[in-house]
Amino acid sequence: MTEHDRNAAAYWSANLRLIVGSLIVWALVSYGGGILLRPLLSGISVGGTDLGFWFAQQGSILTFIALIFFYAWRMNKLDKEFDLHEE
Amino acid sequence: MSQFAINLIFVGGSFALYIAIAIWARAGSTKEFYVAGGGVNPVMNGMATAADWMSAASFISMAGLIAAGGYANSTYLMGWTGGYVLLAMLLAPYLRKFGKFTVPEFIGDRFYSKNARFVAVACLIIASVTYVIGQMTGAGVAFSRFLEVESDTGLIIAGVVVFLYAVMGGMKGITYTQVAQYVVLIIAYTIPAVFISLQLTGNFLPPLGLFSDHVESGMPLLQKLDMIVRDLGFVDYTADVSNKLNMVLFTLSLMIGTAGLPHVIIRFFTVPKVSDARWSAGWALVFIALLYLTAPAVASMARLNLLTTIYPAGETADAIEYAQRPDWIKNWEQTGLIMFEDKNNDGRIQLYNDKSDSFKQVAQERGWNGNELTVNNDILVLANPEIANLPGWVIGLIAAGGLAAALSTAAGLLLAISSAVSHDLIKGSINPDISEKGELLAARISMAVAIVVATWLGMNPPGFAAQVVALAFGIAAASIFPALMMGIFSKRVNNKGAIAGMLAGLLSTVIYIFLFLGWFFIPGTNTFENVQANWLFGISPLSFGAIGAVINFIVAFAVSSATEAPPAHIQNLVESVRYPKGAGAATGH
Repeated sequence: MTEHDRNAAAYWSANLRLIVGSLIVWALVSYGGGILLRPLLSGISVGGTDLGFWFAQQGSILTFIALIFFYAWRMNKLDKEFDLHEE
Repeated sequence: MSQFAINLIFVGGSFALYIAIAIWARAGSTKEFYVAGGGVNPVMNGMATAADWMSAASFISMAGLIAAGGYANSTYLMGWTGGYVLLAMLLAPYLRKFGKFTVPEFIGDRFYSKNARFVAVACLIIASVTYVIGQMTGAGVAFSRFLEVESDTGLIIAGVVVFLYAVMGGMKGITYTQVAQYVVLIIAYTIPAVFISLQLTGNFLPPLGLFSDHVESGMPLLQKLDMIVRDLGFVDYTADVSNKLNMVLFTLSLMIGTAGLPHVIIRFFTVPKVSDARWSAGWALVFIALLYLTAPAVASMARLNLLTTIYPAGETADAIEYAQRPDWIKNWEQTGLIMFEDKNNDGRIQLYNDKSDSFKQVAQERGWNGNELTVNNDILVLANPEIANLPGWVIGLIAAGGLAAALSTAAGLLLAISSAVSHDLIKGSINPDISEKGELLAARISMAVAIVVATWLGMNPPGFAAQVVALAFGIAAASIFPALMMGIFSKRVNNKGAIAGMLAGLLSTVIYIFLFLGWFFIPGTNTFENVQANWLFGISPLSFGAIGAVINFIVAFAVSSATEAPPAHIQNLVESVRYPKGAGAATGH
């Protein structure tokens, strides 16, 4: 394995870790907060209804936007750190 | 000035704008068109993607479905936005690095097989044609209202306009036209919503208005709505759903379907760099979210306004007299999308849930003999400004917005279909020596066939616009998304595995859909009645795409591990797709 290969492998596993982390949050807000965990969140009221309803109709969308920008920012930084960015 | 004239001015004016921009933007070279990458910045590309993506289903149909289903239909909101997270992380940057024009091209190269490319073309065409049916249904509703004709006539007019638009403007329909369409669409959607939110809650931001107090009654808007619908025998608007498995799978189908739709993926080939593809997905979602965060407010407020119009003295008092009905009901009656039948001959319009057993007694006591007003969900957004008594120009604006949404997406899809037929199918495998002229002719003919099929099926759609579109997502989810993802994240999946996987995913999903919704969507040919009792484990045909995707993954891995590994140069290709360094501009062939 050359130095270059090791660097590339490290970059790829850093990317995979970032993806897995982001997708856990992605699933938590939509499938968790918005659907499956809604009964558990029913005690927290938001404007005439509960937190689960808010996650389903507002919260998950807002989180998705934040996630994509976070991922893009992190990855574009990683590209440079591993010297794999485009010229 | 009559409302008809105002509608004509708004719709005509917006069309003139698109054509003017198309002609102005066309002044550039043809090379500019193919490598649009060069100059398109990620924010602009995000806006264009948003216009391309948000269709009649998002604009016209979705809020109506949420209004009718309440919390249960939040699936559309999460499903159609969450897919962008998958796109940004799992597909867009790598496909941009690969740098080809079409999705079947990537599949054909990565799985080193013409047959794989062929199967990908078939998946693309089936998903896109189903999607176009949904657009046609929506555009037909919009045309029928603003030209004041029957909905079938509206549909045929929509077919003709989409065809002209796609053939003429399609090729020129470059980024800037779509940016204009986005602006028209988002203004048209949000202005009425702001007015209505102010009227009902005093809050000018609809997403906050949704959770604010209803001015008239002083109680939270959603509680007020829950109370009214309960008094009329409906399920609470915010009620939880019992079939959570189906809700999860439906949301998942929409998400992975979004990431698997070719006309969306193609957009990420047009940005200059891999890093821009990542940003662009984020910007696209920002622009999409402006509509998607507003839609749930539109939905609940429209439902509330509709019910308070029918029951002006409160839902426990008498309903409105038919003779006194507001103009908007008269207008929509002409389209056949609102129907009134005086079942108890009292001259009043009773709107309630006559399918609820527990409510039967109350209905009987009130002298009601069945629900008397049938309202098609798809009209709700278009009728919303009329229901709320907003000025005529707002009504004209929303007609223009709905048509912008339907036509831009339909044209984009038709282009995807025709490029799959002419570029991937004919030039790529059947006749590689075809002349440029011949390729163009093939593209136009396939476009015409697609639109005739879609218009014909649109007359008897297997569901509301948003539901038909949801089927298209299921198909894309089960076939294209897994193949693309395995192509990037696995070096082991080979040609045989990919082909077997795509076929298994596609066929299982399509057959499950046809069993319940009619073979080839032809009405009356379904094998089972489409009710929850008949569904496998309570999974609806709309939700089956996620299962189809799992089947696709399992079959592909099983077949691949039983057969030989892909050759070294393919493994190197996968390797190179993973690192941004060395990406050039997108190229053809």
